[in-house]
Amino acid sequence: MPEFRARQIPSQPFETPAAQSSAVPAASSAPESSAVRRFLLARGNSALADRGFHWLMVLCALSIFGIVALILWQLLLRSQLSWHAFGFRFFYQSFTDPDSHRTMYWDPVNSLFSAVPFIYGTLVSSFLALLLAVPLAVGVAVFLTEMCPGALRGPLAFLTELLAAIPSVIYGFWGFFVLVPLLREHVNPLLIQWFGWTGLFNNDNPTGLGFLAAGVILAIMILPIISSLTREVMTAVPHSQREAVLALGATRWEMIRMGVLRNARIGIVGGIILGLGRALGETMAVTMVIGNTPEIHRSLLSNGSSMAAVIATQFTEAVGDMHLSALIELGLALFIVTIIVNALAQLLVWAVTRGAPAQTH
Amino acid sequence: MSTNHFPLRSRLRTLTDRAVTGLTILATVIVVAPLVAIFAYLVYKGASSLNLAFFTQIPKPVGVAGGGMANAILGSAILLAIASAIGVPIGIGGGIFLAEFGRGTRLANAVRFTADVLNGVPSIVMGLAIYALIVIPQKHFSALSGGVALGIMMIPTVCRTTEEMLMMVPHAVREAALGLGVPNWRSVLSITVKTASPGIITGCMLAFARVAGETAPLLFTALGNDFWSSNLNQPIAALPLQIYVYALSPYDDWHRLAWAGSLVLIVLIVLAVSLVRYVTSRGVLKGAS
Repeated sequence: MPEFRARQIPSQPFETPAAQSSAVPAASSAPESSAVRRFLLARGNSALADRGFHWLMVLCALSIFGIVALILWQLLLRSQLSWHAFGFRFFYQSFTDPDSHRTMYWDPVNSLFSAVPFIYGTLVSSFLALLLAVPLAVGVAVFLTEMCPGALRGPLAFLTELLAAIPSVIYGFWGFFVLVPLLREHVNPLLIQWFGWTGLFNNDNPTGLGFLAAGVILAIMILPIISSLTREVMTAVPHSQREAVLALGATRWEMIRMGVLRNARIGIVGGIILGLGRALGETMAVTMVIGNTPEIHRSLLSNGSSMAAVIATQFTEAVGDMHLSALIELGLALFIVTIIVNALAQLLVWAVTRGAPAQTH
Repeated sequence: MSTNHFPLRSRLRTLTDRAVTGLTILATVIVVAPLVAIFAYLVYKGASSLNLAFFTQIPKPVGVAGGGMANAILGSAILLAIASAIGVPIGIGGGIFLAEFGRGTRLANAVRFTADVLNGVPSIVMGLAIYALIVIPQKHFSALSGGVALGIMMIPTVCRTTEEMLMMVPHAVREAALGLGVPNWRSVLSITVKTASPGIITGCMLAFARVAGETAPLLFTALGNDFWSSNLNQPIAALPLQIYVYALSPYDDWHRLAWAGSLVLIVLIVLAVSLVRYVTSRGVLKGAS
């Protein structure tokens, strides 16, 4: 209903009363009135001021497009050098070291650059984070929306949102000094012992840094995003759905599974993709725990690097224009990928939260 | 349930229900645990190194005990002031357009969508873009470029929360203002925006808290500085940046300073977020509608 009225208002001719009131400014202009006040009374009522204000606001809104265009233009401009040198091969090529005959990807001294290890690191750490975070986030959302006693709901929701407010650098700092030693001393030996046969957990990195540490930190960081969006879409599921399933004799879990999660699944997928977008671009925490070596390893316990991490660590000490240009091209790739991922997530979430209430009536 | 023909099945279903309840509680505990762990560790490590010197002195050279992060605190304040000067007015303007002028139009939907997408763009990309835009032509790092990078990051958040808050203002208020012959722009500024101002301020604080902890966009714009600096054309220190540099240093003295800095930063951010939560849960706007 408010939507309907909203469209009506601007079409009403409110210039008319404005024009009338401008005819009697003298009556209200007190002697102490300032220049601004006099201006407002004399000319503030004109259609010109109205139109000026309108266009100013439009300009502010358009600045958002401007920012996206600006970022894209600047990154395209400054990555020309690397683009002309490598083209699309930048994203899949590798080089062979003439001395040791080992495959390598990133050699600033000889100006040979390839994005492969960083794309690999970004993907591995992000998907690891999703793997750890999604079950927990959905679990928390289910608990908070469907099971939690009312008195606990507010504080617990606030606590999970606080996780989102902690700066990335503090996550990294904590991860480096608490999580990494914990993984190194207690978790990694067990993983190597139990799952060493898969080849995913090799005992070749004594530091504890690496993909797994980055994945765990990222999981903690994206948890609140996924869980708050999941909660949002779950609350958007109409109550009649829950009641209908309960009336058929379902237990609470069956009600949640059939009545709530099924209806909210598109939105939950949207939340997960949004979390993925955050994980792909996360910089500081990953930089501090991933180890920062441009290599590809199968083992999750090995050092690696990610797109954002290599930009953060090498940009200020880049050797030569080509190095700088290659780093900016990595940034451009990251920008485009996160734009696509976020747009997709946004569309999915909108599809659910917009349509849901309308379906009940 | 006297006529229960499937006792086993029924018990299995009840058991599954209980198990799932247990699992969700476990998930909640696992999620809250890192939060508690991080806070406890920060307080444990940071509180012991917090003293007056931390807030009044600049960092001492390696090996000299003591010193503080006063220059980083000042630097952060300057950067955030620049960021707010850019991000708040433009963000609020965009929000006003979305809620007051563009409701339901295709342009408004596109702006809203782009703002949400821009919100998810990695902060390091923002740093790169500002580096290319300001630092390369100027040929040196500067506080101004850092502030601009943070300001641009504030715009989408401020814009969307302003819109949401303005949407909550009832139409009767606008109609009353227009009916009295108030021009539209004044009705928007001194009636609608004023009614929604607690919510809008909250949104600004949320954006502020978010960029206050940002490090990545400052790495190659503000760069950091070990000395007092308030010159906008020079590299400037910032609290998150200093924490990053000190955390990765091999010196215990610097680690202690970094812990103290983290504690200060997180206390400020938690205070801001709690205030926001308090204001929004009090329903400042609910009374009006």
